[in-house]
Amino acid sequence: MLTKRIIPCLDIKDGRTVKGVNFVDLRDAGDPVELAAFYADAGADELVFLDISATEERRKTLAELVRRVAEKVNIPFTVGGGISSSKDVDLLLHNGADKISINSSAVKNPQLIDELVSKFGSQCIVVAIDAKKINGEWKVHLVGGKVPTEVELFQWAAEVEQRGAGEILFTSMDHDGTKNGFANEALRRLSTERNIPIIASGGAGTFQHFVDTFKEGRADAALAASVFHFREMEISELKMKLKQHDVPVRL
Amino acid sequence: MKIAIINYGAGNIQSIRFAFERLGVHPFLSDQAEEIATADLVIFPGVGEASSAMAKLKATKLDLLIPQLTQPVLGICLGMQLLCNYSQEGNTEGLGIFDTDVLRFNHGVKVPQIGWNTIDQLKSDLFNNIADKEYIYLVHSYYAPLCNETIAISDYGITYSTALRKDNFYGVQFHPEKSSAVGAKILENFINM
Repeated sequence: MLTKRIIPCLDIKDGRTVKGVNFVDLRDAGDPVELAAFYADAGADELVFLDISATEERRKTLAELVRRVAEKVNIPFTVGGGISSSKDVDLLLHNGADKISINSSAVKNPQLIDELVSKFGSQCIVVAIDAKKINGEWKVHLVGGKVPTEVELFQWAAEVEQRGAGEILFTSMDHDGTKNGFANEALRRLSTERNIPIIASGGAGTFQHFVDTFKEGRADAALAASVFHFREMEISELKMKLKQHDVPVRL
Repeated sequence: MKIAIINYGAGNIQSIRFAFERLGVHPFLSDQAEEIATADLVIFPGVGEASSAMAKLKATKLDLLIPQLTQPVLGICLGMQLLCNYSQEGNTEGLGIFDTDVLRFNHGVKVPQIGWNTIDQLKSDLFNNIADKEYIYLVHSYYAPLCNETIAISDYGITYSTALRKDNFYGVQFHPEKSSAVGAKILENFINM
């Protein structure tokens, strides 16, 4: 039986992890490779690296990091952040990334999804969508959720699937950082309407939040950052709790 | 030991190389028939779309070499599918080693299947010291149905082949290079063929 995935997300700036504190057992928790290996051993099903650097050197630094991760880590990982061309994607995949995620660049140029899918295949193209509810309607936001657009979430998700993306990573800006639970109502609609896997993101705070997003939100995977980075929750314990609630997980 | 990874431009093969290096062996990448033919073991990888991958194989004439190989050959993911008779994806003629067609998932499940599933009813040395119901990582939209050459099964709306074997040819639908310790053990078993 296909299991639900738990995905820690690592924010990367200039080749280093941005968050991550309570890792006294790691020599260097700022080293994404060491942190990634830690999560892989702890039972993470997949990893996401989100690059937030803004330097000229970012492409090269990120490609080197991807290669080091691929050398060391034996679970799949996705790389996102500022990817806007098939040249960017080619470099990351050739250095060992399993999937890449695009976000703002896809909203600005939806054709990019078709182009990447035809070149690299659906299986490695994730479209990340950041959205926020404005006057009762979910609107897609750009640049890490800062810039609102007129694009409606569910229509955009339908277009993303139709253009061939293999997966959708949905972050609710209303829930992100609140630790009050995932946007399960929107997730449930996305997961029911779409026929590609949906990754839930934004709002993880307790074990119950994960149970709820898999059961009520019907998410295929759940992504979180701070609850893992600050050691508020151990992945092994989370998975035991999920299993107790009859959510299929890899143990 | 010489391990060749067939490098025909179909997807991410670095991960496979790195997985073998973690086991202490050093495969080489090649698109040269003579070089590949001299290897002790051959890895036939592949991700992406079937018809374009087959076109790339034909362009390098590797479609003629692969069926003639006599050493152990391991097809991974799309590599396994291309060793079958035919794939619905892009209406593609395969290399005809495994006597089955490859079909698109169409059983009320999300496509692609992405994530960790279990393997069961394991046969062959490839799965030495691997227990039934271990977890492996998969990303795919097309599958090989059950057939005489099935050596592992999984369920995703339907029960299908997650591994196939005929003589010296092995194929796995999952990604051993991304399947944690279980995947590493399977690759180690292949090295010990």
